[in-house]
Amino acid sequence: MASGAHQEHPPTRIRPSKGWVALDLKGLWDYRELLYFLTWRDIKVRYKQTLLGASWAIIQPLFTMLLFTLFFGKLAHIPSDGVPYPIFAYAGLLPWTFFSNAVTNSGNSLVGSSNLITKVYFPRMIIPGAAVGAGLVDFAIAFIILIVLMIYYGVAVTWNILMLPVLIVLVTLLAIGVGMWTSALNVKYRDIRYALPFLIQLWLFASPVIYPASLMPSKWRWVLWLNPLTGIIEGFRSSLFGTNKFDWIALGLSTVITLGVLVYSTYTFRRMEKVFADIV
Amino acid sequence: MSKIAISVEGLGKRYSIGVRQHGFKTLRERVNDLALLPFRTARRLVNSNGHEPRSQSNDNNNPKSATRKSSTLWALRDVSFEIKRGEVVGIIGRNGAGKSTLLKVLSRITEPTTGAVDIHGRVGSLLEVGTGFHSELTGRENIFLNGAILGMRRNEIERKFDEIVAFAEVDSFLDTPVKHYSSGMYMRLAFAVSAHLEPDILLVDEVLSVGDASFQKKCLGKMEEVGKQGRTVLFVSHSMPMILRLCERTILLDRGTVVADGKPHEVIKHYLYSDTLSQAQRVWPAKGEAPGDSVARLRSARVLNDEGQLVDTIDIRKPIFIEVEYWNLQDSLRPTAVLHFINEEGICLFATNDFNNAEWFSTPRRPGLVRATCSVPGNFLAEGRIFLLVAVVSYNPNVVHVLERDAVSFQVVDRSEGDAVRGVFTGEWPGVIRPMLNWQVTGLPEDL
Repeated sequence: MASGAHQEHPPTRIRPSKGWVALDLKGLWDYRELLYFLTWRDIKVRYKQTLLGASWAIIQPLFTMLLFTLFFGKLAHIPSDGVPYPIFAYAGLLPWTFFSNAVTNSGNSLVGSSNLITKVYFPRMIIPGAAVGAGLVDFAIAFIILIVLMIYYGVAVTWNILMLPVLIVLVTLLAIGVGMWTSALNVKYRDIRYALPFLIQLWLFASPVIYPASLMPSKWRWVLWLNPLTGIIEGFRSSLFGTNKFDWIALGLSTVITLGVLVYSTYTFRRMEKVFADIV
Repeated sequence: MSKIAISVEGLGKRYSIGVRQHGFKTLRERVNDLALLPFRTARRLVNSNGHEPRSQSNDNNNPKSATRKSSTLWALRDVSFEIKRGEVVGIIGRNGAGKSTLLKVLSRITEPTTGAVDIHGRVGSLLEVGTGFHSELTGRENIFLNGAILGMRRNEIERKFDEIVAFAEVDSFLDTPVKHYSSGMYMRLAFAVSAHLEPDILLVDEVLSVGDASFQKKCLGKMEEVGKQGRTVLFVSHSMPMILRLCERTILLDRGTVVADGKPHEVIKHYLYSDTLSQAQRVWPAKGEAPGDSVARLRSARVLNDEGQLVDTIDIRKPIFIEVEYWNLQDSLRPTAVLHFINEEGICLFATNDFNNAEWFSTPRRPGLVRATCSVPGNFLAEGRIFLLVAVVSYNPNVVHVLERDAVSFQVVDRSEGDAVRGVFTGEWPGVIRPMLNWQVTGLPEDL
């Protein structure tokens, strides 16, 4: 705003809120640059004063993949739906690593930003949002290794790849939903900080990262589908390798659950948001 | 375009205080409740069928929820005022009067419990300079980050970048992480970003209490400039000279309500001199509500004369006694009472603590009440009102357990009867203290 020239703003009304709180989309849009700057800060700060810098984004899924290949692929002979196990595992680890890091970081983001929350106003959703955003950058870096692996194993790309952006959006929305909810709960109950790593670990085994969903007897496969990550991870493999058909029912269920989680967590977040500054 | 910048109507903000700080259940209690639900339901069913006496589970729960609800505090209550566009308004009051809470509500950091606020124009708040600064990032990066946090657009920051750097005088360190900055440089940079925010309404909370004198002067200049540009400024401060210099209107808050609103010198007078006898003594009878923490809590502070009587006014020639009582709640640390003697201009004349008593210093501390009395000799303080900041701190590591600004105050008067420092001189006597010193005076032979 140029000095002196006052623009006519609609007045800001501050009232105690009751019941349902509208999602202030305009407010979020006004602060989109802050989202960008906080994401940028998270990335910048994470790799400052580290020896290996951004290659950590690659090291984590790559070494996990090597370990999985050794123990689950070579020793336990877990099937991999007709693609080499390393690339099978990596294609699952890619969305999984993004999701677990994004949820962990955004879950702790509000508590870690208490100095901001108690001093400045901005839409609080930006904080967990930025943590997920920073995870997307790591995801993009780790994706390069997947391309290298696919060339190495001679996996041909099919039209199925067109679904990939949709799946990335889906896993991002799920990470935002879960991350936002845990971040708000974490402000109120600090137990979350301790429970989260443990729950994430359990979630890994409940998702078809190490094993294909086809390992589950088809009679019980629907149990796996209740985990929204199942459809997403299996979808990742279908779109990348083209060997398996998309399981549209699983994907549809994932989408519905993801949107449900997102709506619920947005509602919870908005409801709890007003007391953040008092209790964080 | 509206002439009113801020209108506040019946504003109230309630906090829950007490053992359970915020009145929330822990997850464990929630889970417990949930886990017990089937049993309670079953028991209720049994009760309605059979003739068992009332279940005990309610009795187990009720005391807890009772304590949870018992203590609430209205930090603001029924506050109403209007501020016109372009007004520079100071907000004063004791600690806990609700000044900072008011600014937090106005800047939308926390939500009010009752009432309504309408704000016309963009709000910028300097509740603490350097908010969101990251020590690992460089000066340049922090300018952009901090600017974005304060609500500036990127092109706006770019436009003002050179101005900010020039104001902060950090040009040669722009690409150094701010963790290597001196505290002065850090403060300058942080204030520079905030000062270039150019909002319609600026909320300022005690930012100028830090930094060196020349920096403070610079900040003051900037604030005056902001005021002259026709922006609305709301300014919380403990510094009366600053309020007098910057503000054209002052609001006095006391225990969450507006008790005076008007010309700064009148409101300040009201603040400093009203209710004088009660200013010679402050008592917190309930340990749980007294200022402090788990190590020490303040019980009382009193101003006494040499006969042990509570006094508001003391003759400049007489000694004065400041008595502080505090609860020591543990036995490993050495909590000690600290007094700052502060004059009407906000200048700390001197500070003192009870370690000056060597015997007490070497005494092991046991939990219990402690009374520490500091005696200030006559013919030492200058005329005027003296305000006492009372603190209880422990050293190694240095922790402040209690900090009460303006806890008590008293008036020093000089009756000019000829035997005080000023002697028979009746004009203006300068100096922040007025000690009676030894003079050696002899006549000398003319031809030395």
